[in-house]
Amino acid sequence: MIRAQALSRRFGTKRVLERVDFEVPRGGFLVVTGPNGSGKTTLLRLVAGLLVPTSGTIQVDTDRSRLGFVAHEPLVYRELTALENLELYGRLYRVRERRERIGMLLERFGLWSVRNERAGSFSRGMMQRLALCRALLHDPDLLVLDEPFNALDEQGIELLDAQLEELRGTRTFLVATHDPARLDRLASGRLALA
Amino acid sequence: MTYIRDVTALARKDLLLELRARDTLPAMLLFVVAALVVFHFALPGSSSQLASKGLLWVAIIFTALLGLARAFAAEREQGLLDGLVLAPCDRSAIWLGKTFAMLMFLVLAEVVALPLYALFYSGIGWSTIAGVALANLGICAVGTLLAAMAAASRARELMLPLLFLPLAVPIVVGGVGASVVAASGRYLALLAVYDAVFAIISWASFEYVVTE
Repeated sequence: MIRAQALSRRFGTKRVLERVDFEVPRGGFLVVTGPNGSGKTTLLRLVAGLLVPTSGTIQVDTDRSRLGFVAHEPLVYRELTALENLELYGRLYRVRERRERIGMLLERFGLWSVRNERAGSFSRGMMQRLALCRALLHDPDLLVLDEPFNALDEQGIELLDAQLEELRGTRTFLVATHDPARLDRLASGRLALA
Repeated sequence: MTYIRDVTALARKDLLLELRARDTLPAMLLFVVAALVVFHFALPGSSSQLASKGLLWVAIIFTALLGLARAFAAEREQGLLDGLVLAPCDRSAIWLGKTFAMLMFLVLAEVVALPLYALFYSGIGWSTIAGVALANLGICAVGTLLAAMAAASRARELMLPLLFLPLAVPIVVGGVGASVVAASGRYLALLAVYDAVFAIISWASFEYVVTE
């Protein structure tokens, strides 16, 4: 489903990724690890199609409408409420039974009671929960998650664990993390960037 | 039909953001009022209508520039363009939604500016109003594209005026011409052609501006 061959990316003269090869089959769960600046985020952005490689190839057999992406930034408007943000993305992703799906996700991630509050008033952890709701809204086939456990409290981590467990095997995952031990039981492969 | 729905959702989002944050329209209104007041005192009483109409167009162009500088502020500051670019909608819908929102802000600023101009200087004819309406389309179409380009660059505060002002010259020529010449038809036609050409170019090229 995802195949990268000799994947390289430079920013100016700085080499961020150098000849990286990996493959993730449909339903696979690849955990990407590495120190700060090793290129984890760049790799995920290449997979999401937000960057193009300097050299090498990357094949992703998923249309962008079936991709769920959690980035460092939550990708939600701070001046809009949680509900308005999800409504906007729900419309753009043409989510069927949008209201029900949004309600279910907000309920699941513990945000239903604050659905009409502006995202800008949320704590970092609540913002991350909202980012996860946004990424899962259209029930994507491929989930590209950059440090998804970041800022989550214990309850949030449990909720995300349960969600990943539920989707594992039926969805393809590419997850960058500094805490690979947390994903050991889910991972089908590991890619260590230096 | 889905394209129109996407554009509507995106434009609605921008209007809602402005309604909540109020950081673009009040600045545009204050600027255009202040500019017309300053020009009123700067311009000698014996100045021609041509000079005062020219100043009206200068005020409109710079007011639009002020709004355009904020057009992608939320997306730039919060990295939100990635979220919009990843959505399966046609990327030109992002440009069109933004253009509509910018058009609304500019029209609202002009609703205040034009009566004020009439009060301070001279009356405004239908040809001036038609010129302003046509110019708004061109300003917002090309300005939104350039604002997206500037938002992606480091020197964005410099980039937008440097890119936008040269491209606004035909708008000023057409606008001033439509305002002061008796047979304003060919100047209005110039503005209409400018709108059509630059709207098509902006619509078609926006995807390449927001993706690598």
